[in-house]
Amino acid sequence: MNKPLARLLWGVIAILGAVSLGAIALHRGEPINALWLVVAATCCYALGYRFYSGFISTRVLALDALRATPAERLENGRDFLVTNKWVVFGHHFAAIAGPGPLVGPVLAAQFGYLPGTMWVLAGAVFAGCVQDFVILLFSVRRDGKSLTEMAKDEIGPVGGFVAYLAVIAILIILLGVAALIVVNALKASPWGTFTIAMTMPIALLMGVYLRRIRPGKVLEVSALGFVLVLAAIWGGQYVSQDPTLARLFTFSASTLAILIMIYGFTASALPVWLLLAPRDYLSTFVKLGTIALLGIGIVVLHPTLHMPALTRFVDGTGPVFAGKVFPFAFITIACGAISGFHALISSGTTPKMIARETQTRMVGYGAMMAESAVAIMAIIAACVMQPGIYFAINSPAGIVGQVPEAATATISSWGFPVTAAEMQALAHAVGEQTLFNRTGGAPAFAVGMAHIFSYSLGGGTLMALWYHFAIMFEALFILTVLDAGTRVARFMIQDALGHIYKPLGRTSWYPSILGTSALIVAAWGYFLWQGVKDPLGGINSLWPLFGIANQLLATVALCVATTIIIKMHRGKYAGVTLVPLGWLVAVTFTASWHKLFDPNPRVGFLAQVRVLQAGLITGGTARLIFNNQLDAAVTGILVVMVTAVLVESVRQWWGTLSGVREARVKESPFVRTRLAGEQG
Amino acid sequence: MTPIQITPIKIMPIKEMMQEFLATALAVLREIFDEAAYARYLKRCGIVSSRGSYAAFRRESEEMRMRLPKCC
Repeated sequence: MNKPLARLLWGVIAILGAVSLGAIALHRGEPINALWLVVAATCCYALGYRFYSGFISTRVLALDALRATPAERLENGRDFLVTNKWVVFGHHFAAIAGPGPLVGPVLAAQFGYLPGTMWVLAGAVFAGCVQDFVILLFSVRRDGKSLTEMAKDEIGPVGGFVAYLAVIAILIILLGVAALIVVNALKASPWGTFTIAMTMPIALLMGVYLRRIRPGKVLEVSALGFVLVLAAIWGGQYVSQDPTLARLFTFSASTLAILIMIYGFTASALPVWLLLAPRDYLSTFVKLGTIALLGIGIVVLHPTLHMPALTRFVDGTGPVFAGKVFPFAFITIACGAISGFHALISSGTTPKMIARETQTRMVGYGAMMAESAVAIMAIIAACVMQPGIYFAINSPAGIVGQVPEAATATISSWGFPVTAAEMQALAHAVGEQTLFNRTGGAPAFAVGMAHIFSYSLGGGTLMALWYHFAIMFEALFILTVLDAGTRVARFMIQDALGHIYKPLGRTSWYPSILGTSALIVAAWGYFLWQGVKDPLGGINSLWPLFGIANQLLATVALCVATTIIIKMHRGKYAGVTLVPLGWLVAVTFTASWHKLFDPNPRVGFLAQVRVLQAGLITGGTARLIFNNQLDAAVTGILVVMVTAVLVESVRQWWGTLSGVREARVKESPFVRTRLAGEQG
Repeated sequence: MTPIQITPIKIMPIKEMMQEFLATALAVLREIFDEAAYARYLKRCGIVSSRGSYAAFRRESEEMRMRLPKCC
């Protein structure tokens, strides 16, 4: 395309983006159409990719198409492998896309659609995509080293140790919160529980098919499994209508929590490939299909957003979780804007598959843009509901009241009218007994998704099926995150224990497997149990804790990236990682301060302890006091650890920039590629 | 008068574009779902697909897969 035409085209995209953002930001009083968000996001991503990632590629990182990547130099046909860039893109996206970009934006919608949308767009373009891109490139230049190894090499042993502990901490908190979301979605829901229970025999069947009937035909068996899951969703309605069967599949939150802990332990400790690998495939199949379908549904239906741009809860009094829009909107939405966890994936399998350095831009920056688009879809799904309904689903009974009439009266008094009859009709339409107090974000997302699907693909009569499809989709891949996370944490603990006593590090030694699995499940199980028993619904305490841990891991990743950029003598461009790092430090440290010392007991853990101690101390309150003290301690430890990495990093930067330290990056030596003639 | 030379604009036929898109999409899915890894394993070991070779492939890839975290 010639230059003037290209300039004209980019000019039009910029104007369109600015107009859309203006419409989103300035529109008040009347509902807006979701297409404004879609257009604004598309334009922001296009401009960010074309110009900002282009600037980072050429000026900051100086991507070298002639430098051989580890996939080429160390190719072994297994993990190191030259792979088509689109294939790596798809693989990387499938690995980073999880429940986070769906749940976080749904919870943050209590502030209105504006804060979440702006953070998702700006956070992704200037922070999240940059983090994923630079960490991927730096790992490629270091033979696919992990984030913790790079932190150790470039920042020092403190950096490596803290990164290791941060990964363990985030895994434990993440697994506890993820399990809580599943519990809240499935409690007292025989239809949902039946569907999820049926995925077990379906996965076993898939395992047998894969091993015995058609070895290796995974796509084929995943499609077959998907059809069977759809049949299970269809059958679920009959289970929920039959009193005997419904009783069999109706569980309390506590029972579900225990069942999930047993599942996590079994998944980690036993060689159950027959169940887990097929479930993993099934989950990925459903995940990719549903995200694509949701995108199509939003464009086809282009629904109206009923949630206002800003709600009164920006002041910190929100019922979904307590805390002001700054900093809590920015830690609640993690994966859709920036997620430290992505740095683990960018320094995991992906760098070992990249054929050319220049492809890291598309894979690292591009895949995170796609993830951010998923978060925009989640915001739309949450905001298409009437706000009263959104708050009725997401507010804990401890805030709005135990009975429907009390809950609807409280929510209506906030200016979001809703009636008990409306909620009953909605619950009936989606095949549930009740939708009150279904905290955690998953049920609200499922209602929004069912609304979009049923009105664009099938009509209102299919609302219940779409709702349970959405619940199944979320629960299935949260459970996959749960079993994969438990195993990864187990391996990490075993690796560390192996330094103390060698057999403990052997991944095939059963006493070690059982012990470490029990340790990990007990750790996240404790947080899960705490959430289940929390009168405020659990999400109020645990989701911010998870957000803080995840963003602190991103802080570590950005410290590593800034250190490397400065050592590469590109100090004048260090702002590309330093600015998001500064923002994350401001956000996470402010949020941690509030979670520790805020005088409002709904926000501050220690204030909550004081309130509980002032009342009558029973067995229940003693446990709540301990839980709040534990959450405060975890927050404090995370902040101290990350402060240590920051201090070490600043020392490195100062030493390098002042010439006291030698600026030497620990990259693999340059080797000229043999793939120079191929497409980059 | 010399006739005006018109250079034809080269546009890939839609059928070809669709074929290329579908082939790439299938390659992505085969990679995500480990079918490509299994094909590479068979090629590397010089064996054909069977129950035994798939079981051996699973054993080899099990530990590597089990160490992969899934993002939140």
